[in-house]
Amino acid sequence: MSAASLPMMIRLPAWRARLAVALLLAAFVVLAGRSVYLQSMDTGFLQGKGEARYSRVLEVPATRGRIVDRNGEALAISTPVKSVWAIPEDVNATPAQLKSLAAMLSLDPRELGRKFAEGEREFVYLKRQIAPEAAARVLELGIAGIHQQSEYRRYYPGGETMSHVIGFTGVNDTGQEGIELAQQAVLAGAAGSRRVIKDRLGRIVEDVESIRAAQDGRDLTLAIDSKIQNLAFGALKAAVEAHKAKAGAIVVLDVRTGEVLALANMPTYNPNNRARLTGAQLRNRVLTDTFEPGSTLKPFTVGLAIETGRITPQTVIQTSPGALTIGSYTIHDSHAGGNAGGAMSAAQVIQKSSNVGAAKIALSMPREEMHDMFKRVGFGIAPRLGFPGEAIGRVREAKTWRPVEQATMAYGHGISVSLIQLARAYTVFARDGELAPLSLLKTGVPAEGKRVFSPEVARALREMLESAVQPGGTAPRARIVGWRVGGKTGTAHKQENGGYAAHKYVSSFVGFAPVSDPRLVIAVMVDEPSAGQYYGGLVAAPVFSQVMQGALRLLGAPYDAPLSPIELPGEGDEAKENT
Amino acid sequence: MAKLNLLLLLVLIVCALGLVTSQHESRKLFTGLEREQERARALEVEFGQLQLESSTWGLHSRVEKIAAGTLGMRAPDPRRVRMVEVHGEQKK
Repeated sequence: MSAASLPMMIRLPAWRARLAVALLLAAFVVLAGRSVYLQSMDTGFLQGKGEARYSRVLEVPATRGRIVDRNGEALAISTPVKSVWAIPEDVNATPAQLKSLAAMLSLDPRELGRKFAEGEREFVYLKRQIAPEAAARVLELGIAGIHQQSEYRRYYPGGETMSHVIGFTGVNDTGQEGIELAQQAVLAGAAGSRRVIKDRLGRIVEDVESIRAAQDGRDLTLAIDSKIQNLAFGALKAAVEAHKAKAGAIVVLDVRTGEVLALANMPTYNPNNRARLTGAQLRNRVLTDTFEPGSTLKPFTVGLAIETGRITPQTVIQTSPGALTIGSYTIHDSHAGGNAGGAMSAAQVIQKSSNVGAAKIALSMPREEMHDMFKRVGFGIAPRLGFPGEAIGRVREAKTWRPVEQATMAYGHGISVSLIQLARAYTVFARDGELAPLSLLKTGVPAEGKRVFSPEVARALREMLESAVQPGGTAPRARIVGWRVGGKTGTAHKQENGGYAAHKYVSSFVGFAPVSDPRLVIAVMVDEPSAGQYYGGLVAAPVFSQVMQGALRLLGAPYDAPLSPIELPGEGDEAKENT
Repeated sequence: MAKLNLLLLLVLIVCALGLVTSQHESRKLFTGLEREQERARALEVEFGQLQLESSTWGLHSRVEKIAAGTLGMRAPDPRRVRMVEVHGEQKK
């Protein structure tokens, strides 16, 4: 309109119109080219954009494998729980809401307020691992900024009875102790993921692809028999409490298969509630602690001497006057008074637990041979159970042994072993001379052993060890009704500050039954019994007999002894030993 | 010619509708499958919890306490136990 009213038309140059048309055309060509490119050449881009509208990648959780005992009884199971977390910035709750939130999570309202006040944190856990129903109630409060996430929590029905074998997992479902740690690779699952198509309501309507299949952790069957374990733990706990001991440990081995049927420690802890755990409670003394075994080592010294033909079980050894001086050191026999005769057979050296006798036998052998024998029965070598922190123990190089040390090693001083090494070493006697390999996992098949002594020597030692639990031996309280047992006590002074503590002892007993065809080896150790009694025959042997009796009944082992009740000797009648 | 085209168009429409229906059907079935799998997972979880519960109720220490305390049971005297051997089987 204004143009029309202009008095004069302005003529524009013709090229400008043509340029505008050409530019527009060029723009169309570019657009068309781009669309052709997107539709036919770079097809993935648009398809990807489209899929992003409806396809989702979901995580497929994997569960940690269960741990069961040899009879399939559950010892550790994971079950889903929820953790409630919050973004403090987003939380905008009324005081009433906060109060009910605190009550639901059983938190102190002030503490809850502090959690929200921490301004710089973008993420804060309110409560981890609670029951899914409880988490659902929390979310029903409808407070903004509060979310939940799924986790797994591990439960241990066996509680404190099994804790040292099984260990436990941390909040992130990874093993922290025991089998849970040792077998982490087997037990842990690998979470997978898959791509799906979801509809408007969030329902999955199509499975597009499985990106990575979830791999559930494998179940683990332990060698542990929970009935025997319970028996062993109960007996050990009672003994540790009765003798006011600092600690105690027990291990039960299956002679034929080398499986660990029970393994318990005191003090212990409840893996389901691990608040205020101390290192002492966590320690698996059977495997990780070493001690000077004392007299329980004598049968090996005597066995080696018989094996090499230096003595026979009947060889007479002069032990009077109950003391033997080597250099500046004197070895004593604590029972010399009761057995003043002093001349005893090699079998009696075991039965009466004579230090002097064992020392004399040891001194008749080259130290290299003794060292070699200790190594062959597994001392100073890791037992290779695949357990974290297994102790190796200490057997010094033979060339560093002085004569007095060789003599004391004969009765288990100057050498340190773990309880499981000691128990394993006794399989040599129980298996006719073969050392059994150990297993914490169920194998169920007889294990191939390594020969240490000939079958005749092992059987002769079995007879001697049986005499040690007869009246007149050191541990008549180890006997049980119905089965013949054999075993050896140990009462060793504890080492402290480079010397031996006067009134601190480690009482132990290692034995097997039935003697005619041994099925079980049980080793018991009680650390610092301080209620008056400290002899292995009085402290550790009763634990042994209690567990052995129950375990053999559970296994249904045939009787090999008369079924008359056992008469215990009166107080003081038993041969005492001091190593 | 036009008739044939019309017929083909009709067939095409029927086919297209069939495709849509079957796609819908398959998605419905898949949702069902998904629901059942979810249920299977939930049952699995419940199984674990029940196992846990049975382990807890069946704790040997608890069984022992009830047997010895409430029921007044005790282990038989060895003299009253008779061992039987199973014939034809390796003696254990």
